[in-house]
Amino acid sequence: MALGSLLSIVIALPLVGATLLLLVDGRREALVRNLALGVSLVEFAATLLVWANFDATSADFQMVQRVPWIPAFGIDYTVGVDGISLFLVVLTGFLTPIALLSTWQSVHKKVKAFCFFMLVLEGAMIGVFLSLDLFLFYLFWDAMLIPMYFLIGVWGYERRIYAAVKFMLYTMAGSVLMLIAIIALAGLHAESTGSYSFAYEQLLTLDVPGHLQLWFFLAFALAFAIKVPLFPFHTWLPDAHVEAPTAGSVILAGVLLKMGTYGLLRFAFPLFPDAAVYVAPYLALLAVIGIVYGALVAMVQPDMKKLVAYSSVSHLGFVVLGLATMNMQGMQGAVYQMLNHGVSTGALFLIVGMLSDRRHTRLISEFGGLKRVAPRLVAVFLIITLSSIGLPGLNGFIGEFLILLGAFRWNPWFAAVAASGVILSAVYMLWMFQRVNYGSVTNPKNQGMKDLTPREWAVLLPTVVMAIVMGVAPSVFLNPMKPALERVIARMAGAEPARVAWTRDAAPAVQTSSVSPRLRGAGE
Amino acid sequence: MIGPALNAVIPVICVALAGLACLLAEAFRARDERMPIGGLGLIGLAGAGISAVLLWGRDATSFGVVRADEFGLFVTLVLIAVGILTIVYSSAVVERDHLPAGEYYALMLFALSGMMLMAVADDLLVIFLALEVFSLAVYVLTGLRRASAASTEGAFKYFLLGGFASAFFLYGVAFAFGLSGGTQLGVVARAVAAQSMMENPLWLVALGLLTVGFAFKVAVVPFHMWTPDAYEGAPTIVTGFMSTAVKAAAFAAFARVFLGALEPLREDWLPVLWGLALCTMVLGTVVGVVQTNLKRMLAYSSIAHGGYLLVALVAVSRTGASALAFYLLVYGITNLAAFALMALLGSEERPLDDVKDYTGLWYSRPVAASLMAVFLLSLGGFPPMAGFVAKWYVFAAAIESGQTLLAIVGVLTSVVSVYFYLRVVVAMFMTERADGDVPTSIAWLPAAALVVSAIALFYLGLLPAGLMEIAAASVSGLF
Repeated sequence: MALGSLLSIVIALPLVGATLLLLVDGRREALVRNLALGVSLVEFAATLLVWANFDATSADFQMVQRVPWIPAFGIDYTVGVDGISLFLVVLTGFLTPIALLSTWQSVHKKVKAFCFFMLVLEGAMIGVFLSLDLFLFYLFWDAMLIPMYFLIGVWGYERRIYAAVKFMLYTMAGSVLMLIAIIALAGLHAESTGSYSFAYEQLLTLDVPGHLQLWFFLAFALAFAIKVPLFPFHTWLPDAHVEAPTAGSVILAGVLLKMGTYGLLRFAFPLFPDAAVYVAPYLALLAVIGIVYGALVAMVQPDMKKLVAYSSVSHLGFVVLGLATMNMQGMQGAVYQMLNHGVSTGALFLIVGMLSDRRHTRLISEFGGLKRVAPRLVAVFLIITLSSIGLPGLNGFIGEFLILLGAFRWNPWFAAVAASGVILSAVYMLWMFQRVNYGSVTNPKNQGMKDLTPREWAVLLPTVVMAIVMGVAPSVFLNPMKPALERVIARMAGAEPARVAWTRDAAPAVQTSSVSPRLRGAGE
Repeated sequence: MIGPALNAVIPVICVALAGLACLLAEAFRARDERMPIGGLGLIGLAGAGISAVLLWGRDATSFGVVRADEFGLFVTLVLIAVGILTIVYSSAVVERDHLPAGEYYALMLFALSGMMLMAVADDLLVIFLALEVFSLAVYVLTGLRRASAASTEGAFKYFLLGGFASAFFLYGVAFAFGLSGGTQLGVVARAVAAQSMMENPLWLVALGLLTVGFAFKVAVVPFHMWTPDAYEGAPTIVTGFMSTAVKAAAFAAFARVFLGALEPLREDWLPVLWGLALCTMVLGTVVGVVQTNLKRMLAYSSIAHGGYLLVALVAVSRTGASALAFYLLVYGITNLAAFALMALLGSEERPLDDVKDYTGLWYSRPVAASLMAVFLLSLGGFPPMAGFVAKWYVFAAAIESGQTLLAIVGVLTSVVSVYFYLRVVVAMFMTERADGDVPTSIAWLPAAALVVSAIALFYLGLLPAGLMEIAAASVSGLF
């Protein structure tokens, strides 16, 4: 097959580019920057090529490549793409060049190493989304921490070291238990079939006993919940976001957080459907708490970056709520919201970064009346703010609307509380926007503020275009993900939460009824 | 004809002869003559390596007490790799730090020959003999800097406690002999298999005494007391050597005795080793966190790694034993490289022993700092370095044998250990140095060895299947 190794190329390209970058003389900063940007643009083109060759009608994994890796444990190098991972890969390809371009003026220290880590990070993130072998997935999942750790720790703001170490330890502490669950799952496969396997599609066929499902699910869910971050596992996020350099925040918010929700959707739910259905209400509860809590905390933040960081907690709560509904509207909305959040929050961090580059402060109180001095910047700011709030016609609306629709069909109470998050987001975002941009210029330091430079236009324009395109033509994105989501939903509809128990002894006998009443008709 | 009878000990003989050659060279050396004494060691180790490879798969035995099976040879090759790397690293350190070159290399080679004998020993008494050969050499190496009080103190502690442990071990051997009528592992195994526990509780005594002996040598909690002091006091390069090679040799014999001859008594020793493994992992990492001296920190880190190795042993399975072999190699390369980098960057007058000495290293010596980061992150178990695969292998073996709790404690303690490895990374990369003090530059030969080590870690981290198969094949003779 001609496209057999396209996905491997997509994974390897940034990594090879990063390695080549090491050979360049680090003092030639312009060359290094352009080279890194070039690699990331080629990579973006490659991810678009994946989209172009993607069959939107199929639920199966496409462009699959499988190479035996560690035969003794049935570990293969397996990559493949489906409707769920496709757009996350494209999103990664889209955001990385933007993030790199945004650093032209803000990163001057060790430019080569910065670009190196950005490209390594991109390769590892794409690897996470494309892996279809749990060992490979975990490898990328863990390896990705290292470049992010360095990006925060070396190029971040004042409390960067604390934030970097906290980020690393938090995420690692969550993921090591997942590693244990992965090994135990492969061991279970060995028990029932005689040979180890870490292959995702192989493990889907495994019948995991109810009490193990719960423990495995919790181990997976903990890793993903920390990454998302789901309330109450979110405390690393404000630190990491605020201290990270702009480009790091863009990638962190834009792509990294989605790994958590992606992991839930791809691994935790389908591998342990009974436990997932059993736990889903609790997940939704945490998600809804996160929506309201994140919004309330965002409202009182004096620091713009921190405000955007807490808004992520709120937005990602919507995504988890959408996933927990396990119906088509909710899940489509969730995946769509992942993309939206990547675009709009990425752009918000870029704008905050631009303001902070100009003034070296991010405090809302330091600004005011920017509309008079930098009207173009404020115009872009407004579009992105409205997209983040979920104004109809822009991308955020579609995702939140679908999620609330799905949630309402499942449990109107969750939908009702979550909907208040939409209002609260309008409050904190617009209030912040108003204080920063409207009124008269109260602070003399803002008088001479420059408007957008051509480079900054190049950084922001793609996000604005995407916010509008995704707002008016959602079906371009929603249709390709539908078959893959249907597959997941069908699997979840067949779950028997009654099998789930904490211990082996408490597990009831396997029931024969195949569809739980709560989910009947969910997978239409 | 004595020829074939010696086959199994040829690698040991090569290294021992190289050690003698070093002594002779030192004796004939004029006072100020520069002589590449380390080169003699390299020749001997290369010869040992070649003969070990040639012996592979032949299952040669000598005198009925030495058996060069694949497991023994695998560990022998690990020891040879560690030995070669140590000598290469030492080439830049020994003269600079005014260590007596002849003694240094000779003692190191004698230690290695003892360790290699231990790896292939098939008799409790030969194990004891090998133990003493390498222990005595390592005691002296620890105290090689005679002018340094810390060095002497470390060596003295190590010697005194080591002497106790050897006595315990020998006493255990005596009990085993009394109960089975022989010291050969085959004889012991038959005796153990023949009589059940109920009949002779003295086996418990033998078991306990042997456990203490081994636990001391591999620095397992609570027999680790000597480790931080000895590691801190010894010349840094020696610390690197003893934290890797001694562990490899001792674990080889540990595995051979407990997984082989004493395997039928596992009901009795398994809970004990289980508890030791747990305590070792927890204490090694938790105490490591509060250390500010890098050497001491890495000393606790190697105690923790001893715990992971013990987990592999406690799995009591082929997977566990091959994980042990795999881990020994990866840990050996990594830990030695980390200590060597410390030794190479520091100097006698200005040792880089403290974490804060590494402040801003990335800005003055970017390559050295990057290499250090690779080694430390590999020790912490991060992919794509080999440290991840090694830990994964150990935990997979533990889970396979139903020791899930040990695996869970293992991964959680690795997270804790990451915290102290990161402290060094933070110092090197994320803080800048005010005084512009630049550490010593590294000569090309040790630098090349460090780079090769780093490449090997990436290679084994990304393509571990080949070595895993060799490790798995090597342990088939143990059970």
